[in-house]
Amino acid sequence: MDLFQYDFMLRALVGALIIGLAAPALGIYLVQRRLALIGDGIGHVALTGVGAGLLLNRSPVLVAVLAATLGAVTIELVRSRGRTSGDLALALLFYGGIAGGVMLVGLSDASNASLNAYLFGSLTTTSPADLVTIGVLGVAILVLMLVLRPALFAVCHDEEYARVSGLPVRALNMLLAVTTAVTVTIAMRAVGVLLISALMVVPVATAQQVTRGFRSTMAAAMTLGLFAAGGGVVVAANANTAPGASVVLLAIASFLVVALAAAGWRALRRRLAPHPAVPVTEPHEHEVVLR
Amino acid sequence: MSTPVIQVAHAAVGYDGRPVLRDVSLTVTAGEVVAVLGANGSGKSTLIRAVLGLVPLAAGTVTLFGAPQRRFRQWHRIGYVPQRLGAGSGVPATVGEVVASGRLARRGVLRPSGRADRAAVTAALHAVGLADRAGDPVATLSGGQQQRTLIARALAGEPELLVLDEPTAGVDAASQEAFAGALRGFVGGGGTVLLVAHELGPLRPLISRAVVVHQGGIAHDGAVPEPAGHHAEPDHDHVHPHCAEEPAGLWSM
Repeated sequence: MDLFQYDFMLRALVGALIIGLAAPALGIYLVQRRLALIGDGIGHVALTGVGAGLLLNRSPVLVAVLAATLGAVTIELVRSRGRTSGDLALALLFYGGIAGGVMLVGLSDASNASLNAYLFGSLTTTSPADLVTIGVLGVAILVLMLVLRPALFAVCHDEEYARVSGLPVRALNMLLAVTTAVTVTIAMRAVGVLLISALMVVPVATAQQVTRGFRSTMAAAMTLGLFAAGGGVVVAANANTAPGASVVLLAIASFLVVALAAAGWRALRRRLAPHPAVPVTEPHEHEVVLR
Repeated sequence: MSTPVIQVAHAAVGYDGRPVLRDVSLTVTAGEVVAVLGANGSGKSTLIRAVLGLVPLAAGTVTLFGAPQRRFRQWHRIGYVPQRLGAGSGVPATVGEVVASGRLARRGVLRPSGRADRAAVTAALHAVGLADRAGDPVATLSGGQQQRTLIARALAGEPELLVLDEPTAGVDAASQEAFAGALRGFVGGGGTVLLVAHELGPLRPLISRAVVVHQGGIAHDGAVPEPAGHHAEPDHDHVHPHCAEEPAGLWSM
């Protein structure tokens, strides 16, 4: 039962918790901007970096950070130019990235198992050096996302207004693109490139079922991310399942539970109060009451 | 005489090679309330977007508070109210959070929100009559209340100049009145206003000067023209026959 007496399990858990906290903190801005799937695209590009790293005998994670950053900056440039072919450019990047990655990994001496580790994550092989990388980058992302929250909120909420406010809009957009790339690459260890977006997006989607504001959504999403990451690793350790998949399935299960509970709560409230003493400030409630 | 707040000289703007504004000159001095009027597609929205640097100039210059627009950095002196809330975001945000982003121009990116910031946000919410809605998600408000939220956001920055793009278009009467009241307070405090409008409605008594934009040029600059005939109807949609064949949607963005 007590698998966490082993160092490698402890490292897996700590790594997962850091990523579980950092991924939704960044993901909320991507969701707000309606770019929920961008992490997925950048993950695909990161895979080409992994392949190149394996082929050139360089650190795959380091090359992946470079490739992902390059991809993220390209996507941001396409987006900010406002070209309608933006989603086509994204598609090219998605498929080019994953095809390039598979091809380069195949050309290198690496086995299929190592390709799998990057595609679906390999938490239990987290080395102490990996953990330091995850810790430093994860904390840096968290601090940036929390300290710059008002500015990033403004830019993602209404970019033109942010420009007229004199905010460094281009720099903030680039910062988001680069931190997305870095988050994707460190989360690659935990859940794999194919499942990264889930950790960035699903906790946010769950949180906004019940929250009213941006700040509360962010706090709830980070709590949910932490819970899914920690719970997923514990489930994986006990049931001997793949950690990455366990984390993501737990996050999705939370979404379903919260969405159903929220819907049930709303229905219950309507039934319990058929003639609510509506304060005058909520005129739209009357639409339901009439008849 | 003091420096003009806005000075546009021989400005030209084109979208994809099509001219929208040609040789437009306009000066707004401190304390003026200038309405930019015109038909759909006349280029009136483009004019104020060019003033703010949201669309690039093909020719001419824009000067803000005496500084060339490209080198203008004192954005806290300007409050911008767009036509509507951007495409809408995927994450809920409260009225208070949206209005608080109006303080960023003043306090910068890194300084956390302080007591003065919170006081300004509360005052701005009061000015537009939304003080009791601060904790509500913006998405649950009516169109007029959302518009008032955007005005509160601009007022929260305590600007000297308000630039508004069709602030009363499609807004219910109660919100129009609340809006006129907020603007009256701002002008009474010595503020300068440049606004684009289809119809002036309850704003009319506040306007000190009207500029009519017609086919990319300025056709009138002076007293507010009296509405006549069917133009006088409050819900008259200001569309002119000669503009019918123009792709209004493209031009008036």
